[in-house]
Amino acid sequence: MRRTTTIILMSVLMTTAVLAQDSNRLSIDGTAIATEAAAPAHMENVDTIYSGWRFRSRETQALEMDDFDNPAFVFVDQGIDVFDAVDGSEGKACSSCHDDVADFAGLRTTLPRVNDGDLVTMEELVNTCRTERMGAEPWKWSGGKMTAITALIGLQSRGMPINVSIDDDAAPFWEKGKEVYYTRVGQLDMACSSCHEDNYGVMIRADHLSQGQINGFPTYRLKNAKLNSMHARFKGCMKNIRAQPFKEGGEEFKALELYLASRGNGLPVETPSVRN
Amino acid sequence: MASGVKPRVKVPKTAKAGDTITIKTLISHKMESGQRKDSDGNLIPRSIINRFTADFNGQNVIDVTLEPAISTNPYFQFDANVPETGEFKFTWYDDDGSVYETAKKISVS
Repeated sequence: MRRTTTIILMSVLMTTAVLAQDSNRLSIDGTAIATEAAAPAHMENVDTIYSGWRFRSRETQALEMDDFDNPAFVFVDQGIDVFDAVDGSEGKACSSCHDDVADFAGLRTTLPRVNDGDLVTMEELVNTCRTERMGAEPWKWSGGKMTAITALIGLQSRGMPINVSIDDDAAPFWEKGKEVYYTRVGQLDMACSSCHEDNYGVMIRADHLSQGQINGFPTYRLKNAKLNSMHARFKGCMKNIRAQPFKEGGEEFKALELYLASRGNGLPVETPSVRN
Repeated sequence: MASGVKPRVKVPKTAKAGDTITIKTLISHKMESGQRKDSDGNLIPRSIINRFTADFNGQNVIDVTLEPAISTNPYFQFDANVPETGEFKFTWYDDDGSVYETAKKISVS
């Protein structure tokens, strides 16, 4: 009898651990944003998808609930300046062609996508504009100006559900991304799924493991006080499991980005989010 | 010296007489402490915001001295009891002599 009680107690504790969020409802300056959704059909092992916001402590959560308190907006402001800054041999700024940055509403939800047989990310779209239309040098994938601009463009889609296409042209890239996600690598012999699918909500040292959703990128991280690109975050994960990271902007990470985005299909964009 | 400096302020547009309102301010600034060295081992000169003030209708309400240990993008939040309609003026003083100013109106009913 006593043993049964212990088991019941344990299972109650474990359920709490799995959903170890401090607050359930995210509202940013009064606008509610859903932080959970039914998992897309292609996910076999997960029923509900949760934003990484749910796994953070109350203090970190609060930073994202007010745009003034959200430190990422310092960089979004820089992005606004960059958007209007003339650069390159053509004497153009982003705003020379794109009148209003608000026109990018919805773009973030559909990226990465396949253009003419190639998988393209927002970083590549930005750099194509810079090299082909502005005659300017491309930016580094995770550089300050790039993350500022991707945050500004991503912000226009805040609250809209992620909806990347995984069929037709995108299917081979998606399959490749899925393979990267489930392949064990590194000295610790772990795959993305080892933490973010099998053990989300569980403590990893002093922190809660999230589902590894990418709906809030670029993300302001308290650990380095700047905006972090998705691929830089993937690299960080790979270093943690003692693996040799893939290259930022490489085929593996782009495919992984598509696969991860598809695991968040239905979850609203939170860009720019605040995380540990 | 300091680049990309941009003050941000959040003041409610309206308030009731006698209400206590919360004011949030942030200025993006590197706050170079003067303790760090560059890759050649030379000391990077100090460049910080050294003073922050807030005035309401010409009357000083807050005056802060900032020291080098204060981290990047200094953030101040304070409460104010606003007696009448008027304007808050915020001023930041940089080591290099620059002065950054911003103002916000508030109407009190």
